Amino acid sequence: MARMKFICDAERCIECNGCVTACKAEHQIPWGVNRRRVVTLNDGVPGERSISVACMHCSDAPCMAVCPVDCFYRTAEGVVLHDKDTCIGCGYCSYACPFGAPQFPSSGTFGMRGKMDKCTFCAGGPETSGSAAENDKYGRNRLAEGKLPACAEMCSTKALLGGDGDVVADIFRTRVMTRNKGSEVWGWGTAYGKPSPGGSAPKATKS
Amino acid sequence: MRSLWMLGGLALLAALSGCTEKPQITGKRTVGQSAFAGTGGGPYTASGWKAGDETSWEEHMRMRTQSGQNEYGRSAGK
Repeated sequence: MARMKFICDAERCIECNGCVTACKAEHQIPWGVNRRRVVTLNDGVPGERSISVACMHCSDAPCMAVCPVDCFYRTAEGVVLHDKDTCIGCGYCSYACPFGAPQFPSSGTFGMRGKMDKCTFCAGGPETSGSAAENDKYGRNRLAEGKLPACAEMCSTKALLGGDGDVVADIFRTRVMTRNKGSEVWGWGTAYGKPSPGGSAPKATKS
Repeated sequence: MRSLWMLGGLALLAALSGCTEKPQITGKRTVGQSAFAGTGGGPYTASGWKAGDETSWEEHMRMRTQSGQNEYGRSAGK
């Protein structure tokens, strides 16, 4: 079974915010809610690095652990989703998440928190796949349409990779080995050391 | 005497059972539909896979990831 993951290649990200725009447009996200954003380190300094950040769909998600109403669940594809009908908007998940993924719309009269909203890996929610109810609450369900997340598919430099963790890890490994830079970092061998079965690239054909 | 011991043991067991930790989950965790089940058709569904067939969906997603995001697989002269 596929386990869906994102990887952002900081060597390629050019801070164009195309992923942010793609996400906003695809799911019609309201003002004040950013399911995905681009973070730049050492902005303006030569050698600055940018990465695109959203929910990382953790294997051992802290948001799931702290939710007092147990509204989170993990799909068979490894995507962490939540049920907005159960969410009480307490914000515990926001404090627990190391990536700042949970978002809270503040459109109420007194800026009160609404139901939590976050990246769904374009996998919708608990409602029937492709239904209007699902679309209204969680946005498009691209996975059920046989597509990958809009942010990853729209990324112009292919810095943001999204898909089956084995496959995107293999793509990233190929890049790093080809450019001969990056595999020296601590933990590389553990994370990307060995090709995974079924994850390697298909043979290129000359046209 | 033996039955007294057994009775005492049972009483102790009953008394201690109150100390066990109760499950703290609501027991109604939501589980949505699997992605490979599809959306029931529609103009936006990508072609090349069969809805309801998990293997077909996984293979399609694998190919889509490789063809869309791995330019080393696309360029012939690396």
